[in-house]
Amino acid sequence: MDDHGELVDKTARQLVEAHDPRTTPHRELLGAIFDAGLAWVHFPVGLGGLAVSRGLQARADAILQGAGAPNPFALNPIGHGMAAPTVLEHGSPELAAELLRPLASTEHIWCQLFSEPGAGSDLAGLATSAVRDGDEWVVNGQKVWTSLAHRARYALLLARTDPDQPKHKGLTYFVLDMQAPGVETRPLRQMTGQAEFNEVYLSDARIPDRLRLGAVGNGWRVAMTTLMNERSAIGGTSSVRGAGAVADAVELWARRPDLHTPALRDALADLWTRAEAQRLTDERARRAAGSGSPGPEGSIAKLVTAELNQDVYEFCMELLGPEATLYGDYTQRDIQRFEEYRGPVQQRFLRSRANTIEGGTSEVLRNILGERVLGLPGDLRADTGKAWKEIPRG
Amino acid sequence: MAEYLFTEEQQDLRRGIRQFCAEHASEQAVRTLMESDTGYDPAVWARLGGELGVLGLAVPESMGGAGGGLVDQAVVAEEFGAALLPGPVFGTVGLAIPALVALGGDEQGGDELLSDLVEGRRTAGFAVPDRGGRFDPALVTVTASGGALTGELAQVVDGSADVLLVAACDGAEIGLYATDAGTRTPLSTLDSTRRQSHVRFDGTPARLLASGAAAADAITSAFHTGAALLAAEQVGGAQRLLDTTVAYAGTRLQFGRPIGSFQAVKHTCADMLVLVEHARSVAYHAAWALQDGSDDPGLAVSVAQAVCSHAYQRVATDTVQMLGGIGFTWEHPAHLYLKRAMTDAALLGSAAAHREHVAALVLDTATSNGVLAVAAG
Ligand SMILES: Cc1cc2nc3c(=O)[nH]c(=O)nc-3n(C[C@H](O)[C@H](O)[C@H](O)COP(=O)(O)OP(=O)(O)OC[C@H]3O[C@@H](n4cnc5c(N)ncnc54)[C@H](O)[C@@H]3O)c2cc1C
Repeated sequence: MDDHGELVDKTARQLVEAHDPRTTPHRELLGAIFDAGLAWVHFPVGLGGLAVSRGLQARADAILQGAGAPNPFALNPIGHGMAAPTVLEHGSPELAAELLRPLASTEHIWCQLFSEPGAGSDLAGLATSAVRDGDEWVVNGQKVWTSLAHRARYALLLARTDPDQPKHKGLTYFVLDMQAPGVETRPLRQMTGQAEFNEVYLSDARIPDRLRLGAVGNGWRVAMTTLMNERSAIGGTSSVRGAGAVADAVELWARRPDLHTPALRDALADLWTRAEAQRLTDERARRAAGSGSPGPEGSIAKLVTAELNQDVYEFCMELLGPEATLYGDYTQRDIQRFEEYRGPVQQRFLRSRANTIEGGTSEVLRNILGERVLGLPGDLRADTGKAWKEIPRG
Repeated sequence: MAEYLFTEEQQDLRRGIRQFCAEHASEQAVRTLMESDTGYDPAVWARLGGELGVLGLAVPESMGGAGGGLVDQAVVAEEFGAALLPGPVFGTVGLAIPALVALGGDEQGGDELLSDLVEGRRTAGFAVPDRGGRFDPALVTVTASGGALTGELAQVVDGSADVLLVAACDGAEIGLYATDAGTRTPLSTLDSTRRQSHVRFDGTPARLLASGAAAADAITSAFHTGAALLAAEQVGGAQRLLDTTVAYAGTRLQFGRPIGSFQAVKHTCADMLVLVEHARSVAYHAAWALQDGSDDPGLAVSVAQAVCSHAYQRVATDTVQMLGGIGFTWEHPAHLYLKRAMTDAALLGSAAAHREHVAALVLDTATSNGVLAVAAG
């Protein structure tokens, strides 16, 4: 463990020596980070990793980002946090070798084509179909809420290949080239005024069979890898005390002594303490996890971080009082980078309302904690055992 | 050992104590003891100190302890808390032993007292007032004159123990004294497994252990250690309640299905899980921080107490609710834990008192970097 830690430190220090993060273009720098095995240290050597414990990523990031390297998760969140582990676990080594480097360098941005108008929380109920045609699959359907589809080169696609099976069984998982004919992306505007997500229409879009991840009919299992990684990536708070959303509240607090009241002070101390408890819980989970993939505990991080973010920005709005009722710019704009979330505090407040919906709603996460972590019995279901095509939808 | 990674020995220790508590602090044993005069079983206490040697795990070997660290002692405190082990855990293990260790154990007679406490031959209470878990000399009302104490304390946890460590003022000088005398009047307490006494001194002879800054430092150190161990105890109790609730929710049937399949119940359990996990993270962070000096002790302890006091209380009240009528009975153990949760929350500072400390440490010192934008219309 300590030897590996030193290996990670040494590799990271050598990298920043050889490629000054402040002057090297982002793609070149992130490509070099991949080549050095520092993109995901727990990945195999040659595929962006050093085959060491996952917990050591924080050490690599501290050195790289400390020297000015960008946070790859902010540039390519779905690619870096979700697509990479899914491709590694369920794709062939050749496919992983082909896809991972341009993903890591952010040459290829990725998006996730899971949700549909008729299938959100009940993701396994989705209707987009994929029909085999020789060496290819022909895809038809509509996806929605697809973040970054307007910038993505590749998508993680979950589609139905057998409507006669119960819903979880008839799904297959693909990588879709977003530039393929038959893929049409239309921006969707959200309450902040911006358009970070989209509708994606798939009309006879073709996917070569070599871009299938996992066996035909095994898509749900592959999707679980993506979702577990999504939750721990969204949840995964900074290892720096006081960082994250709560830093915004403390910043406003320090800036505006004229607005202080004892009740607000106690409320902020409570937020800060909760954030610290979650930071330490992440730290504990990281230590325990070693190189394994994230388990359902990632759902704790996702649940807490989402609700804490909302509470933090509600606090900020309450602190600011009438000033909070002003806004900047509602002009519709496409989000180019996730960093653009970092707008004025009123916009952050509005954006935080999505935190308990995206990546699994808080209600669904509480079901997961109850059923998968605590082992409580499942809910009564109206669709158990039924063929997907017989389940009512709406 | 790195924070949060428990050694083989620590895991063995946990298993051993859990086993011991299952045998000697079963629910039946706890109920019998809580209705007894002393409130605990001195023979069990003597075995914990002697045969098992788990009352002074963080005491250096040179002072007659096990020479381990506070994390070892926290593991034991967690298991004691899970079982509600009756006995002078708070006064003796939480406060008196750490105070004597902080004094170096070599003051007049302190050495012998420390080894008696560690080995379970004698017990101690800590008759020092605190303000939200911090030492405040202004609260000390007992006076000392020519080695004799005068004054009273309304509530001392484990106040009927063999020895009391007492903060007293000799003129302007604070001292920490030890006495085995004084009038101790047992009080009727909310939590019958954790006893308290009213204590009165009338020119009671006492031995001065330390005075001035040495006494104040030892008291502060004891309050920090006691709060970290209390947090571990809170984790143990809360986890036990969560286990109880989940087991019940999985087997109790209503409307033809287990109540745990109802989301109102399931989601409450999920929230209890989050509280328990947070409590565990902050409690052991505090223990590790005090052991290794790796964090500001005041901040680590206040975060731990703010989180754990809230968590244990909330988990206890939710447990009662999730159990329905049975949870409100004398027969079910839920109330024993609820009473302990309320008591623990009040000891060494409430959650609100510790949030106040956090605010003083973090918010009052924060400076603006001016980066965050506020839209101006
Ligand atoms: C900003 C943003 C970005 C997103 N990005 C993407 C993306 O890139 N790719 C993608 O595929 N999806 C994306 N999503 C979609 C997101 O995953 C879904 O919105 C989410 O899973 C909820 O689905 P839904 O909107 O259909 O709501 P529904 O599932 O219809 O839920 C409506 C309400 O019912 C509740 N509910 C539903 N089922 C249950 C149940 N079993 N128990 C209790 N309550 C229940 C929900 O909690 C919610 O409160 C994004 C969403 C947002 C807001």
